[in-house]
Amino acid sequence: MRIKAEAISKRFGDFTALDDVSLEVPQGGLTALLGPSGSGKSTLLRIIAGLEEPDEGTVRIAGQDVTHARPQDRGIGFVFQHYAAFAHMSVFENVAFGLRIRKRKPAQTRARVEELLALVGLTQWAGQRPHQLSGGQRQRMALARALAVEPQVLLLDEPFGALDSGVRAELRRWLRRLHDEQGVTTVLVTHDQEEAMEVADTIAVMNRGTIEQVGAPRVVYDKPASPFVMGFLGPVSTIDGRLVRPHDVSLSLTDGPGLIEAMVKRVVHLGFEVRIELELTGGEPARAQLTRAQSEELELAPGDIVFVQPPARSVVSGDPAEAAAAAAGEDADAQPLNA
Amino acid sequence: MVVSRRTTLSLRLLALLYLTLLLLAPLVIVFWRTFEYGFATAWAFMTTPAAVSAFWLSVLIAAIAVPLNTIFGVGAALVLARSSAPRVGKGVLDALVDLPFIVSPVIAGLALLLVYGQGGWFGSVFLNNGIRIIYAVPGMVIATVFVSLPFVVREVTPVLREVGDEQEQAAATLGASSWQTFWRVTLPTIRWGVAYGVVLTTARALGEIGAVLVVSANVAGSTLTLPLLLYQRDEQIGSRVTTSVYALATELAVLSVAVLLLMTVFGSRREEAR
Repeated sequence: MRIKAEAISKRFGDFTALDDVSLEVPQGGLTALLGPSGSGKSTLLRIIAGLEEPDEGTVRIAGQDVTHARPQDRGIGFVFQHYAAFAHMSVFENVAFGLRIRKRKPAQTRARVEELLALVGLTQWAGQRPHQLSGGQRQRMALARALAVEPQVLLLDEPFGALDSGVRAELRRWLRRLHDEQGVTTVLVTHDQEEAMEVADTIAVMNRGTIEQVGAPRVVYDKPASPFVMGFLGPVSTIDGRLVRPHDVSLSLTDGPGLIEAMVKRVVHLGFEVRIELELTGGEPARAQLTRAQSEELELAPGDIVFVQPPARSVVSGDPAEAAAAAAGEDADAQPLNA
Repeated sequence: MVVSRRTTLSLRLLALLYLTLLLLAPLVIVFWRTFEYGFATAWAFMTTPAAVSAFWLSVLIAAIAVPLNTIFGVGAALVLARSSAPRVGKGVLDALVDLPFIVSPVIAGLALLLVYGQGGWFGSVFLNNGIRIIYAVPGMVIATVFVSLPFVVREVTPVLREVGDEQEQAAATLGASSWQTFWRVTLPTIRWGVAYGVVLTTARALGEIGAVLVVSANVAGSTLTLPLLLYQRDEQIGSRVTTSVYALATELAVLSVAVLLLMTVFGSRREEAR
């Protein structure tokens, strides 16, 4: 294990940011800490970095106990949501900072910085100041700066949180490619489940200062350990007292054994998919997500009566309110505070 | 708000008149009276032994007070904006820093008398060791340090708060020690705020009269600064003295205008840096 955090607790006054949390990140892995704001994901990352000290628990990096070590002695690279660019230095000097602190030979520093600037595509910007760069470029510069000192682990705190969605998607793919080439053990904090699914090979879903589940993106999506995880990772509907994914629900126009009658309230076209909002016999709302072809075949309109077949596999049983709260919290805040 | 052209013009005229009467006219008269008997006469008054000594004493006091208050000011600003010290402690420091703004300079001078003067708390300690503080240059330096203390703190603290500590955290994760972070990241970030504070401190140190007057022996040639000499001459009578006063006033005004120019330059750089 490259990073091993054991039984970490952290309180800020009355607020419990982390409650007995343990996390392991394998060598070369890319783990995402995913959760709503206030779930403790950033606090956990900052404790791994040494920017915060835990009240209880230990942090090991590469087998060494670094719980009380200063950030500068941990061999980490850290990328902040708002770039934390050194405003008074050129892009070149920003990237060179860690090497200058380590008193590398000037020629060596120059070669390393040039190599990194080429890697992040900022070679022609070397002489500019950070404020002359776009947000995406600044964050690439911050990544190059963190990578320059060859950290044992790379820690990213909502690195794309302040960027437009287009740039965000591009940088995500770029980060994954970079990770595949460089192989640095990486932990990424995000509140965006799509980002976590796309980039990470392991997702740790956090809620209220604890980790609810750790697993591969597919596992946490298909086999969520709790209603919260299910609600946070994707859309959820309640049918017959069970939590299901709307795209697992099938609809038919004819009744049959085990089917539940429902009335179509609204048909929403989302491009490739069509969302059918339903009202079940008991009056509870439900949702189904169909492909366009399926929807066209059924020719549904508000007021129609359909028969709902819930998915065969039950996902989780539990409190639907938990899942609903998770789904609501998921996009409630694009810019969480020190979450 | 829509204002007619006439109103705009008369408002501008009023403002101009106000500034002319209060600032420009007195300055012009000072300059005119200075050179009334020609440049050579004015120059002669500016270079009398008393005037030269006063000029250099003013410069010396500023040269001691300004660096002291710069170091203290940056340190205090760091404590106020960055340290995890208890809130109460920071509140007390915050209030103390403003004390020189609130207390009249004359009272500050009198307080120094009570502490360091003959029969004062520490007065005898220094006097017995042959160190004269009151009615001597050390007292004048202390008085100047006191009255010009808040400027750097008040300029730097808001800048530190505004830029936040993320850059400093980033420097730490890149391996920089606190000392390296201060020199390479914090100081360059606040440099224009510091420069502006230094200029304000200098202006105050050069111009101070009240606090310094109380603790100075007021002997020309040894314990008179430029403003003090000016003040003393102004109380004497005679046409030669009058011209001498105007010459000294011009000298002080030229120094102040130089400082003002620096201030404008640093002020605009400081705005840009934000």
